[in-house]
Amino acid sequence: MTEAPTASGEPREDLDAFRTRAKEWVTANLQPLNGADPALGHATDDADHVIRVKAIQRKIWDAGFAGLCYPAEYGGQGLPAAYQDAFIEVSYGYELPRLFNTPTFTIILPTILDFGTEEQKKRFIPAALKGEELWVQFLSEPTGGSDLAGALTRAERDGDEFVLNGSKIWSTYAWKSDYALCVARTDWDVPKHRGLSVLIVKVHQPGITITQIKHVDGTEEFCQEFFDDVRIPARDVLGQVNDGWNVASRLLLHEREAVSGSSPYAMAPRTAARENDQVGAAALAQVSGGADDPRVRQLIGEARVLTRVHTALVGRIATSIRTGRLPATAGSIPRLSNGVMRVRLATIAIDIAGDRAVAWHDGDPVGELGVAYLGRQGVCIGGGTLEITRNIISERVLGMPREHAEDLDRPFREVRTNTPTQRNRS
Amino acid sequence: MDLELTSDQELLRDTTRKFLQTTVPLTEVRALTANPAGFDRGWWSTGAELGWTSLLVAESRGGGSVSGAGLRDLALIAEEMGALVSPGPLIPTNVVAQTLSRDASDELAGLVLPGLLSGDSVAAWCAAEPGRPLTPDGMTLRARLDGDEFVLDGVKSPVEAGDEADWLLVTATGPDGLTQFLLPSSAPGLAITPLRGLDLVRRNAEIRFTDVRVPASAVVGGSGGASASFERQIQTALVLQCAEIVGATDRVFDFTVQYAFDRSSFGRALASYQALKHRFADMKLWIESAQAITVDATRAVQADSPDAAEIVRIAKAYVAERCPELIQDCIQLHGGIGVTWEHNLHLYLRRVVLHRETYGDPIQARDQVAILAGK
Ligand SMILES: Cc1cc2nc3c(=O)[nH]c(=O)nc-3n(C[C@H](O)[C@H](O)[C@H](O)COP(=O)(O)OP(=O)(O)OC[C@H]3O[C@@H](n4cnc5c(N)ncnc54)[C@H](O)[C@@H]3O)c2cc1C
Repeated sequence: MTEAPTASGEPREDLDAFRTRAKEWVTANLQPLNGADPALGHATDDADHVIRVKAIQRKIWDAGFAGLCYPAEYGGQGLPAAYQDAFIEVSYGYELPRLFNTPTFTIILPTILDFGTEEQKKRFIPAALKGEELWVQFLSEPTGGSDLAGALTRAERDGDEFVLNGSKIWSTYAWKSDYALCVARTDWDVPKHRGLSVLIVKVHQPGITITQIKHVDGTEEFCQEFFDDVRIPARDVLGQVNDGWNVASRLLLHEREAVSGSSPYAMAPRTAARENDQVGAAALAQVSGGADDPRVRQLIGEARVLTRVHTALVGRIATSIRTGRLPATAGSIPRLSNGVMRVRLATIAIDIAGDRAVAWHDGDPVGELGVAYLGRQGVCIGGGTLEITRNIISERVLGMPREHAEDLDRPFREVRTNTPTQRNRS
Repeated sequence: MDLELTSDQELLRDTTRKFLQTTVPLTEVRALTANPAGFDRGWWSTGAELGWTSLLVAESRGGGSVSGAGLRDLALIAEEMGALVSPGPLIPTNVVAQTLSRDASDELAGLVLPGLLSGDSVAAWCAAEPGRPLTPDGMTLRARLDGDEFVLDGVKSPVEAGDEADWLLVTATGPDGLTQFLLPSSAPGLAITPLRGLDLVRRNAEIRFTDVRVPASAVVGGSGGASASFERQIQTALVLQCAEIVGATDRVFDFTVQYAFDRSSFGRALASYQALKHRFADMKLWIESAQAITVDATRAVQADSPDAAEIVRIAKAYVAERCPELIQDCIQLHGGIGVTWEHNLHLYLRRVVLHRETYGDPIQARDQVAILAGK
């Protein structure tokens, strides 16, 4: 896991003083959630949501609490992760701009820190921390997401610009976003990992068409984008041209951290424990008189066991990576844990709720547990599937032999790929 | 294992490991099957010299820890013992020594502790009762007052090291509530029956109490005031169990991974098959999780933190449920050799299953977690 860059020298303020100051500020300036969905806060509809989170993030910036672990020269506070934890602790139960967490703060900005030019870092990091720009990831394609290096979306050099054509899919909140990191193929005559580049793409611009895809829970946060001769200035390549796999691999590392709840850059609980610790489920059981039922107690007990163990695991793996006991790829272990845990929690919740989760009165939150169960596998797919995660753990943590691949040493042009989905232009 | 050890703790761990490897390798563990006690008294005394019995005892009463955090030190020893399925009454002796150190009168402590600390004598904790959950209000062993003596009646089972013990710490329901007594195992009215058991060297007994008369001086702590000590004893036992389970499981996982590299089938190493690699990835997750929660629980109990009661039961629920399954998976991955007497796998499985079921099983632990959560 990434160690947040620490400030040069000692933090200006000790942790306890920071915590006290943060708590005072949060209480005075942020709205308590009071039962509102932590992801959506008090927004009344989707469009309002973006405006609202941007305004809250701006408030946080103005108060000097934005980007606590980002370097001061790019608008952050340059503090150790413990300060971030303290902020999360005191702001628990308040409305936070969570939309910024994934991917903007936890995945994209860290990747820009790793690979950006000085100009790119100064241009993009403070803007996001101020709440002005939201990011999205253009990685997956209709022809395949797990095989990210098999991208078919192409970017061709034309003078000072690249011209982008192709399609990306499953991008969360693309329509709400301002910028994207996009993996595209820039050379077809070399093996697949050597012909990719990562581009910084302005989302709303000529040549980009976004369609929303309805999710099983009824929401439409998923998107597909179609690129028709989208022109991108050559200075907006992140990292080197054709070195995109290197950039993407690092991005995936940050993503696994984010997905496992262990990123030092999130402005919300880093582990699932608190949101998910099934106090909710317990309360639910009380509603139905179930907390006295030994069967329900087993389920509540199990849920608490899972979340608390996950929290312990996140800490252990972070320490292990920091001290070299495990390689950085071990971040896949909490990612796997998160997926497995949340699947089980979804099942536990519906088991406790029983038939109220499939037939409910308008407005009864118990119905949401049934809906959540339907979309359960999402957490095992987004951010890389658990199958890929298990490959990483067995191959790069335990050192087991890699799966045989047909495409590693051949020019990508000659590699078998899925037929790209044609956009219907009629 | 705790990832942050002091150099003194590393020394303690390494010394214990070396001593166990040379004195009780698995061949010796197998040989001890024929020994009625399951361990050698002289060997136990040498272990006591290495610190196995003194870590939870206050310095003023002859004990002392390596790091100032005795339970964390002792958990390291338990882990090493798990890794070699070592014999010896580690849990009961330490639980009793800790209780005496904290609660006993000077007279009682002076009488019993020196022997426990030197390893010359051994103690058992009589807590579990047949068919009852291990909770303070679950005790049917009664202590009634008769003049200035207490009279104990009831049955305790299974009692770890019960047949071998010189001293018994008995948790009973007394006239004023939960009360603990310390008595010699030679006290009249005791019927101690060794039980058959899964583990080859860790033994249990059933102990029947029929009109067992003990003086008031045998009470440890006050009459009726044992609930807090009982909770502390349970927490200590659970931490040590989890540490042993994790030590055992880590070792099994390790040699099973190696086996997957070494054995091949259809011209490929087992470790190259995705179906198996994915199972190994899951197992890696489980073992890291089990270690992580065990360390958290150990630290919480050590620090007496407000959530210690819950965390330690979370640890027991997870570790004692997951690790036996993990070892069963490792047996599966060994194929036929895995279910033989000759292979060492079953020695580990025996130990972790023993721990799974004693001092409260995962079902009881989950139940208590839910109850604590509701408070
Ligand atoms: C909630 C959510 C949010 C997402 N957000 C984004 C986003 O913002 N931006 C973005 O670009 N993408 C996003 N995705 C897409 C996600 O990254 C992909 O769905 C994922 O990588 C899987 O790709 P795929 O759907 O093409 O499945 P495929 O790659 O076609 O896989 C199909 C099945 O085959 C298995 N499989 C594939 N290869 C192997 C292998 N080598 N070994 C074993 N099994 C294999 C997979 O595990 C899966 O079960 C999101 C997805 C979800 C569910």
